[in-house]
Amino acid sequence: MHPGAWWLWAIGLAVVASATTNPLLLGLIIGVVALVVQARREDAPWGRGFGLYLRIGLLIVVLRVGLRILFGGEYGTTVLFTLPEIPLPDWVAGIRIGGEVTAESILAAFYDGLRLATIVICFGAANSLANPKRLLRLLPNALYEVGAAVTVALSMAPQLVESVTRVRRARRLRSGRGGTRAVLLPVLEDALDRSVSLAAAMDARGYGRSAGESPVRRRVTAGLLIVGLLGASIGLYGLLDGSAPVPFGAPSLGIGLVLVVVGMWAAGRRTRHTHYRDDPWHAAEWAIVASTGAAVALLTLGAMLDPASLHPSLVPLEWPELAVLPTLGILAAALPAVMAPMPPLRAASAAATLTAVTGASAVRP
Amino acid sequence: MISFDRVTVTYDGASQPAIRDVTLEIGEGELCLVAGPTGSGKTTFLRTINGLVPHFTGGTLSGRVTVAGRDPRDHPPRELADLVGFVAQDPAHGFVTDTVEEELAYAMEQLAVPPPVMRTRVEETLDLLGIADLRGRPLRDLSGGQQQRVAIGSVLTAGPRILVLDEPTSALDPTAAEEVLAAILRLVHDLGMTVVLAEHRLERAVQYADRLIQLTADGAARFGDPGALLADGDIVPPVVELGRLAGWTPLPLSIRDARSRAGGIRDRLGPPPAARAGIAGGTALAASGISVRYGATVALRDVTLELRAGEVAVLMGRNGSGKSSLLWALRGVGRRSAGRVLVDGVDPAAVDDDGARRMVGLVPQTPGDLLYLDSVAAECERSDLDATASAGTTRTLLDQLHDGIRPGAHPRDLSEGQRLALVLAIQLAAAPSVVLLDEPTRGLDYPTKRRFAAVLRDLAQHGHAVLVATHDVEMAAAVADRVLVLAAGELVADGSPTEVLSASPALAPQVAKVIGPGWLTIDQVREALLSSTAPGAAR
Repeated sequence: MHPGAWWLWAIGLAVVASATTNPLLLGLIIGVVALVVQARREDAPWGRGFGLYLRIGLLIVVLRVGLRILFGGEYGTTVLFTLPEIPLPDWVAGIRIGGEVTAESILAAFYDGLRLATIVICFGAANSLANPKRLLRLLPNALYEVGAAVTVALSMAPQLVESVTRVRRARRLRSGRGGTRAVLLPVLEDALDRSVSLAAAMDARGYGRSAGESPVRRRVTAGLLIVGLLGASIGLYGLLDGSAPVPFGAPSLGIGLVLVVVGMWAAGRRTRHTHYRDDPWHAAEWAIVASTGAAVALLTLGAMLDPASLHPSLVPLEWPELAVLPTLGILAAALPAVMAPMPPLRAASAAATLTAVTGASAVRP
Repeated sequence: MISFDRVTVTYDGASQPAIRDVTLEIGEGELCLVAGPTGSGKTTFLRTINGLVPHFTGGTLSGRVTVAGRDPRDHPPRELADLVGFVAQDPAHGFVTDTVEEELAYAMEQLAVPPPVMRTRVEETLDLLGIADLRGRPLRDLSGGQQQRVAIGSVLTAGPRILVLDEPTSALDPTAAEEVLAAILRLVHDLGMTVVLAEHRLERAVQYADRLIQLTADGAARFGDPGALLADGDIVPPVVELGRLAGWTPLPLSIRDARSRAGGIRDRLGPPPAARAGIAGGTALAASGISVRYGATVALRDVTLELRAGEVAVLMGRNGSGKSSLLWALRGVGRRSAGRVLVDGVDPAAVDDDGARRMVGLVPQTPGDLLYLDSVAAECERSDLDATASAGTTRTLLDQLHDGIRPGAHPRDLSEGQRLALVLAIQLAAAPSVVLLDEPTRGLDYPTKRRFAAVLRDLAQHGHAVLVATHDVEMAAAVADRVLVLAAGELVADGSPTEVLSASPALAPQVAKVIGPGWLTIDQVREALLSSTAPGAAR
């Protein structure tokens, strides 16, 4: 599977989530995402992190509602209970700690928190379905070094967690004293050692081989990029600020962008790499993108026909309802759970189990 | 192919060179073994071949190195990637990508090899190293031996003519080490690859070597035919030592050579020696029904064992068979899903960390994890306080374990053996009745190992119960009163070293393989020979 397909799919669902506060729709999105992840995640370290994102989502909702209960806010009339209020001086008018807690304010916080949580979970799903490092391979050649740095950083994170766990456990062997220093120092040492060995290994395997470019050309390339970026920023500023003189607007932006593109092209010629097995884009990828496209389209249509259904009323309190069009759209996004091909490792282990169960080599084609 | 002409390397700030005045010539298609004590510059020597020294590490290089006509001084390592494949000590630290296939292709991507060529080379390499079934697997899920073979493959795909390997088998169990060595041999024999290999455990590799480089502690080198060099070297594998004892010339380097000549010595030796006189005292630790589960994987299943005071028990088993899990569970810090551990009637998991330390001491696989202060002296002081021992206890213990460790030295600058001694001293300061050690001999040279074996015997003599997890069969043969074998989380053997070690083809020490079951160490043979030649001594 092309990693871009899964990312587009997740971004589509995140867009849908950001357009609504209806908890039923948001819950449906989370359900759909979880279903697809369960069905099509790879049996590899990056495919095992989805539970973490679900927990982060839960934490977001809990924090949001908890803070609202604590800081109240006079909103709505359905008082559920009253907390003791802490009197604050006049100059912090507008902030209140404690006091009456209303159903409306809690629900508003819940809807809001759930929306943010859903968006986070969508991105978590993309991370679990497609190896983020494969996505970085799609970067243009000029950004190869940046991509490599991010790739290394991405692998460092789980290693760091591992080494913190190991050192914390080891510290207990020595009475568990010594404070943060006792954990931090060995962990940093470990990280440093690993980075140095990784750098040596990459160097020994040809990373950063130059194509024999002259320093003059390198400086020209860098200059093009810097001037281009400056021009583009000035142009963007000029466009946004109506009072700026005309040359600082669109023309500056245009020239800047052209320079950046030329600079990138020149920089891309500098580093020479080839790609092993680029991910192809086939019918399955189109189908995945189409499913999320349907979700966005149906939601937009639903929003035009019945905007209220996306944002359930809080004053007066009303039960949220499931509108037909957005629901159908979100359900369409669940199709990849059956349409997308099984990832290779899980397909292989499933085939192995099948052979083992039937006990016959006849199963093999 | 590789030639060194009076090469000396001195790192910045070092008082003496890491390698000194090395002159040698390695021919095409040779397998060259690099041996020497810890800190003798083996890694420096290897890194000089592909230019990591001095381009990556700094330092000054004098003399002249030529590798297939190129001078690494003018070519940084990345420019030599298509000529020299370099595999560092811990392969997992050098992985850049996530899966086996991508890792194999990485070097080729850097060299801008066209995609169709990459596809065929990846396939060839997968087959050559016998890892075709691993192609899509995540690197982190592989075992140590598999990772090592992938690391070798990842440099092979660039098409080098020279392969440089830094201790490729040091972290592996005997069987995995055999597999890796077999893969390397296939490269030498089938592809005519020139291989330079550093290895502490000569017994594993010396029989395959065409050339031997012996580095000494001061960085000087001897170079030549392995048999000739080992005849008077002081770091030799057991089979060579046996050959010297028996007076065989030329010296046998492999079990096969030695066995064919062992008939005579077998007759002279007579019946195998009795097992070590049992001095074991009462039960120091009793564990029953220990199970450890991590999610769906079962690391240990219903293990029951007893450790007796005054006894050294050795725990063996493949990588991933649950040795570490068992040690941590016995200590009471690691996860334990079921089972009980009792030391003097108390479970170490049920008391606080200070109390548990007094019952069971554990030296983990990476001892450095326990050290966090600026100097050895500070660590010792801290340790006395932590253990509420009288001032100077740890230092005294340390001096007994290892002499000549400067108090002002930074723990990071210690050698592997010194660091191990320091952490063991820290653990012993709390005077635990049971001492557990996880892979203590990894990366230790023969003299350090010998000294360490004496330390373990001494601990047992002083009434500690000792349990050592190790892959090193020679070490096990030298220290064990008892050998336990774990396989897939279950205890499959528990008995005297003679029973357990000599019975297994993978675990038998070299002496047992040559002379026959019942004999484990050179020392036994030496004693038996002495008593049989001394007239009237035995009868």
